[in-house]
Amino acid sequence: MSFQHTNLLEQEERFMTVALVGNPNSGKSTVFNALTRLRQKVGNYPGVTVEKKLGRAILPDGKAVNILDLPGTYSLAVRSPDEQVVRDVLLGTMNDTSRPDVVVCIVDASNIERNLYLVSQIQDLGVPLVIALNMMDEVGKQGRKIDPEKMQEALGIPVVPMVASKERGIDALKRVLAGGVHFAPERTWRMPDIMEEEVAVLVKWLVHTQGMDKSVAFSEAVIYLTNPHIDQGDLKSLKDDWLNLVSAARERIARKGVRWRSAAIEARYDWIHRSLLEVIEEFPAPKMRKSDRFDAVLTHKVWGWVVFVSVMVLMFYTIFTIASYPMEWISQGFDWLSGGLKSVLPAGDFRDLLTDGIIAGVGGIVVFLPQILTLFFFISLMQDTGYMARAAFIMDRLMSQVGLHGKSFIPLLCSFACAIPGIMASRSIENPKDRLVTILVSPLMVCSARLPVFTLMIAVLIPNTSPLQKAGIMLLLYFMGIMGAILMAWVLKKTIIKGPTPPFIMELPPYRYPSFKATMLHMWERSRLFLKKAGTVILVFSVVLWALMTYPKMPGASADEALRHSFAGRAGILLEPVIEPLGYDWRIGIGLIGSIAAREIFVSTMSIVFNINESEDGASLQKAFTGARWADGRVLFTPLTCMSLLVFYVFAMQCFSTLVVTRRETNSWRWPIFQCAYMTFIAYVVALAVYQGGRLMGFQ
Amino acid sequence: MKKEPMPFISVNHLKVGQRGVVTDLEGDDHIVQRLLEMGVTPGCPVQVVRFAPMGDPIDIKIRGYHLSIRKREAAAIQIRLDS
Repeated sequence: MSFQHTNLLEQEERFMTVALVGNPNSGKSTVFNALTRLRQKVGNYPGVTVEKKLGRAILPDGKAVNILDLPGTYSLAVRSPDEQVVRDVLLGTMNDTSRPDVVVCIVDASNIERNLYLVSQIQDLGVPLVIALNMMDEVGKQGRKIDPEKMQEALGIPVVPMVASKERGIDALKRVLAGGVHFAPERTWRMPDIMEEEVAVLVKWLVHTQGMDKSVAFSEAVIYLTNPHIDQGDLKSLKDDWLNLVSAARERIARKGVRWRSAAIEARYDWIHRSLLEVIEEFPAPKMRKSDRFDAVLTHKVWGWVVFVSVMVLMFYTIFTIASYPMEWISQGFDWLSGGLKSVLPAGDFRDLLTDGIIAGVGGIVVFLPQILTLFFFISLMQDTGYMARAAFIMDRLMSQVGLHGKSFIPLLCSFACAIPGIMASRSIENPKDRLVTILVSPLMVCSARLPVFTLMIAVLIPNTSPLQKAGIMLLLYFMGIMGAILMAWVLKKTIIKGPTPPFIMELPPYRYPSFKATMLHMWERSRLFLKKAGTVILVFSVVLWALMTYPKMPGASADEALRHSFAGRAGILLEPVIEPLGYDWRIGIGLIGSIAAREIFVSTMSIVFNINESEDGASLQKAFTGARWADGRVLFTPLTCMSLLVFYVFAMQCFSTLVVTRRETNSWRWPIFQCAYMTFIAYVVALAVYQGGRLMGFQ
Repeated sequence: MKKEPMPFISVNHLKVGQRGVVTDLEGDDHIVQRLLEMGVTPGCPVQVVRFAPMGDPIDIKIRGYHLSIRKREAAAIQIRLDS
């Protein structure tokens, strides 16, 4: 079978499509990976930031089928973009995705009752349906036995028992798919009579006036009737008529003393319970599960914190020690490349564009890849083992104080190393508003790209800084970043991203062994996505920035004179009146402009401004800073100016890659522009307050 | 149902290890709907397993799995204590 990875999405139409649905933590991705064996492609659904994972499987009869891995969901009642996508795809109303020919619902056998709730909702839609009964190996440990054949009989839906992590049952599933799958049988559960009557009226209305398919109409009617605040999207246009009908129906049901909110859900769970009576065999007194014993320690009042802090310390230790070696190699590699090009190519604009523009710009981002990979490694590990949910469980109390969700903690924490993986990890937050706030404040956490600037400025502020002093100042800066993020989150939740505190209803999945392969795959996918998305934009901006700092040219001038003469230099000079109140002159202005793309570029730009050879060590730049004067002879880098610059870099955005990732994760340029604007504003105001306030108090 | 008339108690007032049977859900529609769909339905046994280190949220066991909810959400779950 020749397989073209690149045009997978284009070929989609030619094959049968199988959609995988299931609850979060049901092992859906494991089934997907086992079926497709890395023949997969990750993209986005149009208009939303929900990941579209499409792969290809080869059935025993040699036929290829498309496998679509839909986001994990507990219900078809839409509350989040993820759930909207699942519903739209299953109904065939998704723009770029044809309605699946077969639906495979992954059911966690160790949590069978709740998992079957979704099955019962999908059954309503009248699609060909197969149940993949996953994690069969965990059932025995619970003191239970499940008979898949009896289950198949009881439900009328084919059931394939499997242990996807050990690839057991995958071939059987392929055989079932190859044999052809029948439409799911009609439901056998019944709601109270009055509910049935009212639903029938609503279904009739939907079928007649909207031309809706009968089974889809049933699904829609039940969801609308039972969910007071639902917006299913597809029925938005006929709001008034429809909503009046629905609320009248609710009233009539309530008058009969039936609870319209819960009647349908209870009926489904009742059906599940009855269907499983003959299927599950319980053994007396199952002992405490291993997972529960883990939890007794990992969420313990004392030990829970010890473990939590240890895990976080280990993560950061790895990033700042182990990851620093490959970072050094990468940076040396780029230096070598740039040096090589310099010696091979004739001097000129083209050579400079390549070395100073493209290689320097792209290298400045790629150098952070080891850090980003390490973070993704830990995130993936925490997610796969189930520890991520515990981290949210432990931290929720704190996070809820500022109106955020426990799940916001890890993304924010990651942002201490780099905001990019932090922002990408915020996808695990279901509530769109919480997620947006988390994304917007993440870059306020002090990331490692700020460290070179901090190190330089602290050295200028206090020559011969003792390590203890340095650590103290750093700690203060980190603290300012954290406070900034917390305050900003609070403000955003009170103003533009207002919303009720969303419910915190989160499953604590049992602890599971992580899969090395899945972790590697996750790291690779994320990093590739970042490089692809950020890489192109960074490339363009690096070239633009290089041009601004190079043109117009000044033949025969020294590097610092040429820079002063360039567009960027002129902008820095123009900027002086604006930044003078912060204690900065035009030279610092050039440094600020130069580091718009990435914070650490401040150091190299300042080296050029002060005409310092790159090969010289940092100490010479520090010396140059100390000797710098205003035109009237005042010292430029007074303690107040240094402090003003330090706080400016705590709050200022100064990172293209983050903006690009924010753009990707929020699906519009509106939010990254807002993010950049508010951060620059805060940076300016705080730096101004530090400098002017300090002067008022008599400091220099 | 021949039981001692017992005041309904909501899950947020339970101590660790206490269990009961869900009788009703009352409160914010979003919360009630979500809890119902997650399997917290009337008639279902529920047990408080533990509190988070800072006292909130709560880890409850329902239908054989662990669900973490804040006390605010737990207040919506009315139960009858197991004797």
